[in-house]
Amino acid sequence: MTRPNLLHKMFSRADVWLATLVLLVIVALAVAAPLIYPKGPWAMGGRPFLGPAGDLRFPLGTDTNGRNILAGLIWGGRVSLVIGLVSTAVAVSIGVLIGAVAGYAGGRVDAALMRFTEIFQVVPGFALALVLVAVLQPSAGSIVLAIGVVSWPPVTRLVRAEFLSLRSRDFVYAAQLQGQSSLRIMFRQILPNVASPIIVMGSLMVATAILLESSLSFLGLGDPNRMSWGFMVGASRTVLRQAWWMATFPGLAIAVTVLALNVLGEALNDALGSQSGKR
Amino acid sequence: MNRLSFLIGRICQGILALFAIATLNFFLIRAAPGDPAAVMAGEAGAVDEKFLQVVRLQYGLDLPILQQWWIYISGIARLDLGYSYRQQASVASLILERLPATLVLTICAFVFSLVVGVTLGVLAARKPGSLTDRLIGFLALIFYAAPMYWLALMAVLIFSIRLGWLPAFGYQSIGADYHGLEALLDRMRHLVLPTLALSFFYVAIYTRMTRANMIAMSQMAFVKTARAKGAGETRIQLRHVLRNALLPVVTLAGLQAGNMVGGAIMTETVFAWPGVGRLMFDALMQRDYSLLLGAFLITAALAIIFNIITDIIYTLVDPRIAL
Repeated sequence: MTRPNLLHKMFSRADVWLATLVLLVIVALAVAAPLIYPKGPWAMGGRPFLGPAGDLRFPLGTDTNGRNILAGLIWGGRVSLVIGLVSTAVAVSIGVLIGAVAGYAGGRVDAALMRFTEIFQVVPGFALALVLVAVLQPSAGSIVLAIGVVSWPPVTRLVRAEFLSLRSRDFVYAAQLQGQSSLRIMFRQILPNVASPIIVMGSLMVATAILLESSLSFLGLGDPNRMSWGFMVGASRTVLRQAWWMATFPGLAIAVTVLALNVLGEALNDALGSQSGKR
Repeated sequence: MNRLSFLIGRICQGILALFAIATLNFFLIRAAPGDPAAVMAGEAGAVDEKFLQVVRLQYGLDLPILQQWWIYISGIARLDLGYSYRQQASVASLILERLPATLVLTICAFVFSLVVGVTLGVLAARKPGSLTDRLIGFLALIFYAAPMYWLALMAVLIFSIRLGWLPAFGYQSIGADYHGLEALLDRMRHLVLPTLALSFFYVAIYTRMTRANMIAMSQMAFVKTARAKGAGETRIQLRHVLRNALLPVVTLAGLQAGNMVGGAIMTETVFAWPGVGRLMFDALMQRDYSLLLGAFLITAALAIIFNIITDIIYTLVDPRIAL
């Protein structure tokens, strides 16, 4: 598999360029937040309920306490991106571990692990995440844990299926004959072959994780010390009639971020899919 | 495997899942900061010591943990989900009271999203790459990416606040004192926006899947045969292509039915819809953990039941599945 070819394939599409650009801008703004708005998102700088484009200092208006909506958006992006990435990493780790063991071991171990996975699949994920965060008290840690716990089953199913089919290939037998340990065969020999589908799934999962985090924050289950997009929309709910901009812009930020991630994830899927087809 | 043993297997799986959730609830109460009795009673400090003693005695909180677990699980098996000190009522009765509203909302959204999604998918697949296709595809992308609560608020902004067409929240007009047909119409008007809000995401996935399947099926040999036999294009699309393209969509809908019940928490909160989801949100705000965990268990039970029902429907729709 040659990388330049893959990139070339992906970036021959205009929507992929646009999505990449949008994501780069969002990431750059999030990273540069302390430089752009050093006072942070909670600073009450203006008149409350200032509409957008009314005052150049507050291009997207202010909220009920006179906080700058744009500052909130830029700072809030940090929470969405970091929690989206970290919780996906947690989910992928759990999923790969369980899926690899189930697929490589097969038999009863596989059956037991898959029953366990199915239980998580029938439980409504959002309800479980909400209960976990509520009982363990909202914090960045509990949110990451909750999103990770509800998101891993699809990864497990994918990894298990791949391991089941790969474990009877010659290169695995060769490694076994060499006397390599099961752990080494699983993670050094087989896992690299499953990397592409895991990357595709992971990139789409970041988008879902961002949506989940924003939903929890919307219900007031976000990290209370950090401004986030979901929290901003949630705070606007009671003043929707007076301040439409308070709800509109943070939600738009979430939608655009998730949309861009989805476009990239699917392009990656198409590119990797056609690559493996050629092999 | 015949249909009956398949069904029994699914029900056993569901019961096992509920058992696992009840166990999870048990451990969550103990993982929460503070005395388990106070956690179950809700907001520590607001509860009098006498009530805490009753809770400790009832759940045997001085017994070994395994025995405590057994008392908790057997209580749930008898449908005793605990007592909400806040609301001064049993958790089971509180949930039962709210169940009809949630059922109405989720069933409406389930049917609506499936009908609209499949229709849009068929329209888009008629001419791939056409303006209609691209418009529908764009719409589906947005509905897929935008958070449901935000779309709900935007719908309220447009249809309730700007246009004044539909009520923004609630189950019925308060103090209007409607009767008969008027009351029914009033409730239906209240149902429109919550149903729409809960459906957006599912409309998106059903549209995309129907479109993809329709296009894949159109290239199958049996479609060529039908065309060669001189069947009309509409007949081919609806009777031959759609019928086969629909099966994976139904499977997906079955898997998503459970998640829809979870999504109802969000919708009910935004629209103050008096269902189990709103009850969960209120319990959350008041730290009424007995009620929260009880509602969680019931939500999961609903999801499992929906899954099993769609599985049954699926075996009926597809005669090829002998099971």
